[in-house]
Amino acid sequence: MHITYREVEGRSPRYWALLGLIGLFVLIGLGAAWYMEHHGHIVTGMTNQIVWGMPHVFAVFLIVAASGALNAASIASVFGKTAYKPLARLSGLVAVALLAGGLMVLMLDLGRPDRVVVAATYYNFKSVFAWNVFLYTGFFTFVALYLWTMMDSTVGAYGKYAGMAAFIWRLVLTTGTGSIFGFLVARESYSSALLAPMFIVLSFSYGMAVYLLVLIASYVWTGRPLGEALLNRLAKLLGWFIAGALYFVVVFHMTNLYFTKYHGFEKFILVEGGVYTQMFWIGQILLGSVVPMLILFNPKLRASRGLLVTACLLVVLGGLAQMYVTIIGGQAWPLDIFPGWEERSTFFDGVVHPYSPSLPEVLLGIGGVAVALAIVTIGVKVLRFLPESLSDADVDPHAAK
Amino acid sequence: MNEKNANPIDQDRRQFLTASAAMAGVAIAPGVLLYNIAHGKPADQPVSNAVRWGMLIDTNQCREGCDACVKACGEENGFGHGTRETDSQWIRKVELKDMRSGQTKSLPVMCQHCAEPPCVDVCPTGASFKRADGIVLVDRHICIGCRYCMMACPYKARSFVHERITDQNPDVPRGIGCVESCTMCVHRVDRDQQPACVEACAKAGHGAIIFGNLNDPNSEIAKRIAQYATMELRADLKLNLGVRYQGF
Repeated sequence: MHITYREVEGRSPRYWALLGLIGLFVLIGLGAAWYMEHHGHIVTGMTNQIVWGMPHVFAVFLIVAASGALNAASIASVFGKTAYKPLARLSGLVAVALLAGGLMVLMLDLGRPDRVVVAATYYNFKSVFAWNVFLYTGFFTFVALYLWTMMDSTVGAYGKYAGMAAFIWRLVLTTGTGSIFGFLVARESYSSALLAPMFIVLSFSYGMAVYLLVLIASYVWTGRPLGEALLNRLAKLLGWFIAGALYFVVVFHMTNLYFTKYHGFEKFILVEGGVYTQMFWIGQILLGSVVPMLILFNPKLRASRGLLVTACLLVVLGGLAQMYVTIIGGQAWPLDIFPGWEERSTFFDGVVHPYSPSLPEVLLGIGGVAVALAIVTIGVKVLRFLPESLSDADVDPHAAK
Repeated sequence: MNEKNANPIDQDRRQFLTASAAMAGVAIAPGVLLYNIAHGKPADQPVSNAVRWGMLIDTNQCREGCDACVKACGEENGFGHGTRETDSQWIRKVELKDMRSGQTKSLPVMCQHCAEPPCVDVCPTGASFKRADGIVLVDRHICIGCRYCMMACPYKARSFVHERITDQNPDVPRGIGCVESCTMCVHRVDRDQQPACVEACAKAGHGAIIFGNLNDPNSEIAKRIAQYATMELRADLKLNLGVRYQGF
């Protein structure tokens, strides 16, 4: 199997139009961040009850998806599946791009984004957040090294080791992201060691869906051949990742239902939580999991490019819904400081906290997605990330038979 | 023998006065000594863990509808009495009703000044910190406004400053985009004064909040805790709080 990698030409009006559109959203996102920074968080929907809002939904989704976008590369080099090898470079690029987009949102949502240098120079090593700063930089470093081994034949021999390091690091990274929530003993909605493995499996599904969307768009828009057998494999794999993620979601809620003290919270999310209940059942479970699985596990349905793209988009939207339920639903449920007592105060004790995301928050989140897409769009033009052909004959060792 | 000493009445008086002064000294000395311990340290010396400041809130004395402590806190620390979801509230009155018996309680809730504060654990930059004398604070020079401490606090005791602030109290610097919470009026404590809420509660005639050194067995707060059953909020978390409640 000989694969030739080539940059996309990137001179067509369509390429510039795409880059221009993405750039516009980047600018809008930055404008939203400037507006928030200038006026303070008062212009957001966030309050002293819901302290992490829509930007965190996007940021955590993007960071989790970044780890998962490395799937194809990991399968190729760690598990030795040669059919995935041509997919590995793009996999690394998408992973780095998603992490950069997510971190941009996270940083610009800080109360004092101007003090980002403080976050890089003062560390409390007991803080999971501080660990994550190292996990993020480590991820960039290992994936960059991994890409180097893939793109420079003089260091190609080290590819296996770089791939292993990146694979282990991505698992640790997602463990860290899940632990940001899992270490919060104060809140009933978090405080579970299950969140770390659950976030790892969620990353498999989110990252694969984003990767597939980027892959299909890159090949269709540049007119390069993309084989059915390859897509079929990836689609089935995505189906299994969704099933795995769903399994963890079920175990998480079943575990909570076992403990009487969590019954109120579970009833809130699963039955009485209004927008959170709808987001959970319709967004996360039905549209984000069941419908994509129906498409991806059916050989005829997944063979349709349109339905495959639909399934991936649904996984992304379902993932955002899941993050909304987890991050905002978890804060909307009041802290139980006085068990057995009804609470009332000026600080909204004992009541479900309302939250409406404001436009700047949403635009900042979309700006992060745009940054990720911009990195990919520019990346495939300046470096050789994409094989000239991913046709079955060129990729699948069984296709030639 | 001179004339002065010849008067036995004068001599007795002198002896009596001397003895009285000595006895008074013996009686007052521990108090003077205790006063020094209870009031921490001179201004030019660093705080030490010989002192652990704490508060005891007697819920039997705390009156429903009285918010003298809340008002005093706002005035002392330079914020208004706004109660929007975005406003800072360092201390709040919580009205409670027992879901089974219908019994009601009213009490203030503020930063509990945990010995093992979750906010300090999670703060990525170390802006959230605990002083040696147990007071939990935010260093607003290195707070990046990530709000992770607010997610971690079991008492919802922290507030994020959503808007630009004007007319600040120079003793209590506050800033947009940073997190803040009850400082136990550390600027007053370091001047050997009581926190504003404690003073206001006493002035209102309730005396429901006692402030003092938990490490000193002779302090009023320590004696009360030794004598009466008190509780910590979310005792299940075993955070060893500096604020205790009596009368539950």
